[in-house]
Parts: sequence; C-alpha cells; structure tokens
Amino acid sequence: MGTIVKIMSHIHIKNLHKSYLDRSPNTSKKKDHRISVLENINLEFEDGEMVCILGPSGCGKSTLLKMIAGFEKPTSGKVLIDGQPIDGPRSDNIFVFQHSGLLPWMTVWENVALGVRHMTDTVKKETRIQDHINMVELTGFEYHYPHQLSGGMLRRAELARALAVNPNTLIMDEPFSGLDFLTHMKIREEVVNMHELIKKTTLVVTHDIDDALIMGDRIIVMSDRPAQVKLEQTLNCGRPRNLGEDKQLKELRDEIFFMLGVSYAV
Amino acid sequence: MFRKEILLPSLTFLCILIIWELITRYSGWSHQVFPSPFAVLQSLQELAGNGNLLKHSVASLFRVSMGFALAVILGLPIGIVLGLSKTAKYLFNPLFQFLRPISPLAWIPLAMLWFGIGDLPAVFLIFLSSFFPMVVSTSTAVESIKPTFFQVAANFNFSRYETITKIVMPAIIPEVTTALRITITIAWLVVVAAEMIAVQSGLGYMILDSRNALRMDYVMVGMIVIGIIGLLLDLIMQLLGSIESTAWGRLSK
Repeated sequence: MGTIVKIMSHIHIKNLHKSYLDRSPNTSKKKDHRISVLENINLEFEDGEMVCILGPSGCGKSTLLKMIAGFEKPTSGKVLIDGQPIDGPRSDNIFVFQHSGLLPWMTVWENVALGVRHMTDTVKKETRIQDHINMVELTGFEYHYPHQLSGGMLRRAELARALAVNPNTLIMDEPFSGLDFLTHMKIREEVVNMHELIKKTTLVVTHDIDDALIMGDRIIVMSDRPAQVKLEQTLNCGRPRNLGEDKQLKELRDEIFFMLGVSYAV
Repeated sequence: MFRKEILLPSLTFLCILIIWELITRYSGWSHQVFPSPFAVLQSLQELAGNGNLLKHSVASLFRVSMGFALAVILGLPIGIVLGLSKTAKYLFNPLFQFLRPISPLAWIPLAMLWFGIGDLPAVFLIFLSSFFPMVVSTSTAVESIKPTFFQVAANFNFSRYETITKIVMPAIIPEVTTALRITITIAWLVVVAAEMIAVQSGLGYMILDSRNALRMDYVMVGMIVIGIIGLLLDLIMQLLGSIESTAWGRLSK
C-alpha cells in the first residue's frame, strides 16, 4: 500500500439536522410540534477555502453557521472541525455577526484587543492590535466607540477584531447587510483581498447572489425550509471577477436565480 | 436674554409665590394655619442660622445614604444573579415580587420592635424601599442584554468572571443609572415618613415636632428643604448617568 496522503477537510458536517419546538400560539397544543430548519446537511469545507452559502431568507443559513460556531447544538448529526466534534464556541472559530457584534462600551482598540488579551508580551500585543486596526484602515479611530463609527467602519472594526485572534475559521453572517451600495462593494472587495492574503477558511452566508459569485471559491445554494443543499458549485475562475464578461459566471447566476424562484434575472 | 428652560420654570414658581401670598392675605385663614411666603422665608433664615436645619438635613441624608448604599450593595449582585440564572429567578423572584408592593411604612411596627429606637429602624425602612426596585430593575436589565454579546463572550473564551465584568456590568449601566435615580427618590420619600417615628432628629422629625408646637412655618420650611434636597439628589444621579463611560447607552438607543 502506497502512502496516500489524504488531505483532511477542515470542517466536516455530517447528517446534520436541526429542528425547533414550535411555540406559536395557533398550533395545536396536544403534541409538541417541531419545525424542521435543516435537514440532512452533508458538507465539507477545505482549509483556506472561501465558501458562500446562498438561500432564501429564513431558510436556516444562519442556523447552520451558528452550529458551526458552536452557539447552537444540532438536533442530530455533527459538525467536526479537524476531526473533533464542536462542543461550544471557541476562539479559533470566530463569528462575525450580521448586526455589529462589537461591544458598544468598548473603544475600537479595546474591542480588537479582546482576542489577544491573554498575550503576556505587551509590546507584541499592542503591535498586533495596531497592525490589525491599520489593516482595516481605521487608523486614528482607535479610541472611538462603536456608536461614533459608520456602518462600514463597524464591519471593518469587527473584521479586525476577528483577524487579530488569528483564527482558523472566519464565519460571517451576512457581513454586508444594511450597508449602502458603495460601502457594500468596498467592504466586499476588502474581504476578498484579505482572504487572498491570509487564506483562512471563510464561510459567508449571504442572500446576494452577486456576492457569492464574486467572492466564493465554492457556492452552496440551499433550499427553502427545511433547508437542504440544492447546489454545490466550485468556481475555478480567478479574481478579480467580472460578472458581466465571464460566461460561466453569467450562466451560473441565471441558474441560481431560477433555482431561488426568480425567472428573469436582472 | 434668559433661555426658555430657565425663564419658564422661574415663571411658574413666581406665580405660585404670588398665589400663596394672595391666599394668606385674603383667605381669612390665620397666619398660624397658613403662614405667608415671607414668614416662611424668615423662619428658614432662622432655622438655617441656628444650625437646626443643617443638623436635621444631615441626619436625614445620613440615614438615606446608609439605607440606599446597603440596598445598592446587596441589590445589584442579587439582581445580576437573578438575571443570569433561571433557577435563582424561579426561587426568589416571586418572593421579591410579593414583598415589593408592601409599603415600607407597613414595616414600621416590626422595624421598631426588631431594631428599637434610633437610626437602625429608619435605615432598615429605607433599605426595604430601595432594595426591591433595585433587584427587579437590575435583573430585568440583565435579562434584556442582547444574546449577541454573550455569544461574543463565548466566542472569545471569556471566563464567567470576565463575562460578568466585561459584558453584564457595562451592559446594564444605562438601566441601572435610571433605576438609581428612581430609587433614591423613593428612599428620600420614605426617610421623612420613617423619621416621624422612633427618632429625635431628621427633617421628618423636625416637621412632626413643629406640628406639635403648631409652627406651620417650620413645617413649610421642612417641606421646602426636602424638595430642594430631593432635586439635588436626582441631579447627582443624573450626572452619574452622563459620565463618559455610560454615554454609549444613551447614544446607541
């Protein structure tokens, strides 16, 4: 037998199910009615890959991310990271929240410092914090509180906080929602560039098909609730990508639009 | 030119003084029953001059600070525990909700019996009046902390201690400062009533003592001073709520 080096996938999702108890008042009270959110999800994410997860709103994309982050437990099945089942949140698996997850009572500096607070070497620690603040172009805003920042700056600050930990995985839940058009484009470009540079496994949940096509090494499309994987597509085209010129992307875009129930993509 | 927010309230107080003066002149009530503003002002000067006013105010303020401080020191941590732990909440919240609507004044007989005569029963009553609102508002504030913040804490491997000092305590500051403002007002209301029994000093005692001496001008001086000190206490709590580190609460909501 020859030595076969099997590259182990970084994150492995096996037969994952998630359902919630339905507590809405109009369901019959006699049996506990469960709403199935995710059904039989099997996915693998490679080390350093950027995967974009698309799906109709409310389909359970965010629930999937929260289980990978360890915030929620699967009803059945498991999430393995490097072969180990996830038993809770941990700092090599950083979650970037949809609406800002920055702590409003801490300055940008203090927020970014959260992930490196146990570093004993003060000089190294401060350099690391400053480097990450500089990286996201927030130099000069170190002592600003979140409420003093614009929407785009909030996302950048949270990104800096996540990256300062040097995590293995970055989990982003609709990272561009609520941003104006230009800021959306700019932050998206920054995330892509950042990913090219540091090559961390990055999972991005989005409802914007163009985001997925521009960013993803791979795209996963999920169905309506209970969500199942409807499409898995690796994108081999390089970056930067141009949706208007690339034929493969254009066709895929139409296909996904159709899949999500829109016949005439704009 | 005065600003509106200074001019208008002054106008209100001026009108009250004029109406007061007119009543004392034309209502036919004797000055013993309804002293004029000028008489009250003279009595105020007199009581301030001989040190009585200061002595009684300090006595009242001392009791309020003791009872209030005790309520905050005990109420905050207990409120935090009730807000964080469902078990603790189910164990104690019904009890607190039950005791809360019982007026502290209903405790007067028991307080006197248990703690005797002097500062202790008064301090106990003030403690009771502030403790329950403090616990209830703190636990409500803790329960309304956004789950996101706890997820951030878990994500960054916060210890239990860190979660409490870096998430829970700063997150509840805006609500707690509001609760402090309301509670100090209640405490101040109660101290006057508490001092009408069992003590020989304080503004409440001064009012009761003056009534027995049929000095309504002194009674009114007592009332005015209580009002002014109440305003000042509220002002201090307001300042506490506007210091830099709590500014996020007012601006982000």
